[in-house]
Amino acid sequence: MEKWSLMTITVLLALTVRWTVSLGSYSGAGKPPMYGDYEAQRHWQEVTYNLPIRQWYFNTSDNNLLYWGLDYPPLTAYHSFLCAYVAKLINPDWIALHTSRGYESQSHKLFMRTTVFVADLLIYIPAVILYCCSLKETSTKKKVSSALCILLYPGLILIDHGHFQYNSVSLGFALWGVLCLSYDWDLLGSAAFCLALNYKQMELYHSLPFFCYLLGKCFKKGLKGKGLLLLIKLAGTVVASFAVCWLPFCTDVEQIMQDKVANIWCSLSVLIKIKNVVSPQTQLKLSFAVTFLSLLPTCIKLTVQPSLRGFKLTLVSCALSFFLFSFQVHEKSILLVSVPVCLIINEVPFMATWFLLVSTFSMLPLLLKDGLLLPYAVTTLAFLSACVASFAIFEKTSAKDLQLKPFSQSLRGYVSWFKLFPKIVRSLFLLSVTLMGVLSVMSAAVHPPQRFPDLFPVSVSSISCLHFLFFLVYFNVIILWDSKNSRNQKKVS
Amino acid sequence: MCGLSAGARNGGRRLELELVPRPGARRLLPQVPPHPHVTFCSHSTDFEVHRNWLAITHNLPLSQWYYEATSEWTLDYPPFFAWFEYALSHIAKYFDPKMLVIENLNYTSPATIFFQRFSVIFTDLLFIYAVRECCRCVNGKRAAKDILEKPTFILAVLLMWNFGLLIVDHIHFQYNGFLFGLMLLSVARLCQKRYLEGALLFAVLLHFKHIYVYVAPAYGIYLLRSYCFTASNADGSAKWRSFSFLRITLLGLIVCLVSALSLGPFIVLGQLPQVISRLFPFKRGLCHAYWAPNFWALYSAVDKALTVIGLKYNFLDPTKIPKASMTGGLVQEFQHTVLPSVTPLATLICTFISILPSVFCLWFKPQGPRGFLQCLVLCALSSFMFGWHVHEKAILLAILPLSLLSVQRAKDAGIYLILTTTGHFSLFPLLFTAPELPIKILLMLLFSVYSFSSLKSLYRREKPLLNWLETIYLIHLVPLEIFCEIVFPLTPWKLRFPFVPLLLTSVYCAVGIMYAWLKLYISVLSERTSARQKAE
Repeated sequence: MEKWSLMTITVLLALTVRWTVSLGSYSGAGKPPMYGDYEAQRHWQEVTYNLPIRQWYFNTSDNNLLYWGLDYPPLTAYHSFLCAYVAKLINPDWIALHTSRGYESQSHKLFMRTTVFVADLLIYIPAVILYCCSLKETSTKKKVSSALCILLYPGLILIDHGHFQYNSVSLGFALWGVLCLSYDWDLLGSAAFCLALNYKQMELYHSLPFFCYLLGKCFKKGLKGKGLLLLIKLAGTVVASFAVCWLPFCTDVEQIMQDKVANIWCSLSVLIKIKNVVSPQTQLKLSFAVTFLSLLPTCIKLTVQPSLRGFKLTLVSCALSFFLFSFQVHEKSILLVSVPVCLIINEVPFMATWFLLVSTFSMLPLLLKDGLLLPYAVTTLAFLSACVASFAIFEKTSAKDLQLKPFSQSLRGYVSWFKLFPKIVRSLFLLSVTLMGVLSVMSAAVHPPQRFPDLFPVSVSSISCLHFLFFLVYFNVIILWDSKNSRNQKKVS
Repeated sequence: MCGLSAGARNGGRRLELELVPRPGARRLLPQVPPHPHVTFCSHSTDFEVHRNWLAITHNLPLSQWYYEATSEWTLDYPPFFAWFEYALSHIAKYFDPKMLVIENLNYTSPATIFFQRFSVIFTDLLFIYAVRECCRCVNGKRAAKDILEKPTFILAVLLMWNFGLLIVDHIHFQYNGFLFGLMLLSVARLCQKRYLEGALLFAVLLHFKHIYVYVAPAYGIYLLRSYCFTASNADGSAKWRSFSFLRITLLGLIVCLVSALSLGPFIVLGQLPQVISRLFPFKRGLCHAYWAPNFWALYSAVDKALTVIGLKYNFLDPTKIPKASMTGGLVQEFQHTVLPSVTPLATLICTFISILPSVFCLWFKPQGPRGFLQCLVLCALSSFMFGWHVHEKAILLAILPLSLLSVQRAKDAGIYLILTTTGHFSLFPLLFTAPELPIKILLMLLFSVYSFSSLKSLYRREKPLLNWLETIYLIHLVPLEIFCEIVFPLTPWKLRFPFVPLLLTSVYCAVGIMYAWLKLYISVLSERTSARQKAE
């Protein structure tokens, strides 16, 4: 079969899954007074359509910021405005100022779901398809199966089309950025990334690798000649794109934990009540220091040796560091790590699949709250079977397949059990999948004991956190030892 | 390999689960009915039909099954299906006992819906097994390196991702999956020359759902010709001396035993006439509420057109025209105004005549399993074309067996593409709510893109599967769909002529299905003469 028909089938399959998930419940359905993200998005449409642009971000008599105030950068606001315009054409009640608060109906749900669907179809999906087509040294089949696995990633589908958010827009723009960089269109790439940043400030997780990669590229060209020119151009692009869509916004320092998030602070709080030990200011400094330290090695490496492969891997490790160590993290932020992981799914299929499964699992408490258990179970199983079928992940667990060859070579003198390595990795994977499965079933079916009402959410987040730490170490090892390897190769040649 | 596609199918099947609202899904607004499913996804009448049957078989003794009439959806399937519902009801009581109360009309609860949906998915396992068996029968002479281009793989996907079966079973709600599983399994057994098993399976199937009686002639003749006659003459005609009385006795015994098991209790109770009258309700109209795209749809459309023309030019007296509209939405008797009205007997005769040539062909020039399958498809299609009160869903009876032929010969593949695309398109009105619109279009595209591209790659070396006329016809389904679903509802005619989209869909599809039927018939009949020439 031809490539285009396989790709078409992949896209259709992805769209079908998205739409079926969207038939389910959404966050805060029928839960006054605050409802959930669905109401937040609807409220933003109401605000942006009815109020002048200057009042969008300010507390006025018509705009109560305590009720889902607009707390995303301007591009989100423009998107809401656009949606509101369409909504007005269909049914003005949906966005009527004040009176539409908490509006819910089947046709409105259909409309909201369609807006997410369209945004996904226009921005995220084309980026994924083009990215997979641009993969080098891979067969058509591998390209198609990468596209299938990336598009079927349950986390993003469940959050966007189930829970209700527009992550696919910002992540899609970031993907466009990566795509352009891989074609050496640096200016276009940085512009695309600026759009992503201006859609959601959370994209800052990805900013360091972008910055380091482009900076490294400039260094490589020589900072006096072409490199400087490129740097100036890049800076100009960034400033210009920000100027186009920027409006001031500010966020208050919120509590360190919004919910039971699978990051290190939350897991530690099981043992020590951090809140009681240190003040919020110290927490902020502490988390900043730890994040910075964990980022440093990979970022330096990327600046010194800018390569596309290194760039993708650094995207993963940086976002993961941010997610694990930074202040005030949402569990949905794991998507910012997952999408870069999707990009390397054809290089380290086993680890990528594992990570993507864990990341979906880490959002389980949220999904349960939204009543998305069934879509969660179904899409996760479908994703797992798609990955197993298209990458044969269980046969790719040797040190070489996991890109750990250089690392194992450097350790050979000390450790002798490397022969058993593939088996150990495989059984660890099976163990972790079983554990996740059991916990999912228990969270869904068993009532927690009265003494520990948060038993399941806490154990879900601790287990996910352990996994993420393990993955952080793994990705850092690949990145750092990869450079050594290439140096060795250079020496040999 | 089949396992892989089975997994893929499971993926597809699982998706349908999303249509089921989760337990605990909140009521949205006070004024909407208490169940999201009711509002969000179309709640087909078949859902209530099967709930009612669960209740009937669970609560009443056998003697009351075919008399109970609290709900308008009385039990009108043969006894085995009733027993099947009886068995299901004993699991259902653990989910929600209230669904088993006969008076609880239109009862839906999350647990009920979950149970009903899941029972369909679970019984589908039989279908998956049958597909696996069918794939084994397809000769894999064409040794393709790529698994995606192997005929067996393509067949597995074509059967398991069949758009019609997916939407009819898992969205609209019926139990066709395991019934077609039984049919395909019996076909596979016949192909494997395990005739008695095949006959047994088909006999059982007939007592599950009697619509399969349409293809019974193919089974009867094939078994008689290929099993009861153990040898043939050189020119292919039957050798009368080789007739085996033992074999025909065995076959008869099987059929009689199965029938006795199914109908026996009712004969003892003296209820056979009542059962028969429930199974064959000829009081219903010639066409279903939505015209199935068959010959009678064309006939009625011509009649309507003539009426309109006649009224315009005053050939007809307006006072004499009955006011009943055929697509009024309810099943009702209908009088044609210009053309003669059609009686059940007339449709029976038409069906009989149209089936006859294919059966003769099977008898005089048996070509093994291939000939049998062709005859089976022709029987199903002929009865679809001319049957009384045919449902649009009955087209699956022809599409699924034709899949088996399509991966073996380019000519059949072309016919298959026309028949599936139009046949599946004609199922669109089954799902009519707005949230289902993207699903049906996406699934339809998914299946169509796959079937076209995979069959095209399978017959890469042969001439194109479709000629220009067929291509144009199929492409025009797209504007038709856009007109019916998007443009028409925005026009002022929507209120005055609400039936226009249905009428257009059914007439347009009827043309395609008629064409595919004729083309298949011609190909089968001409093949017979060419084969005979070869023999000479």
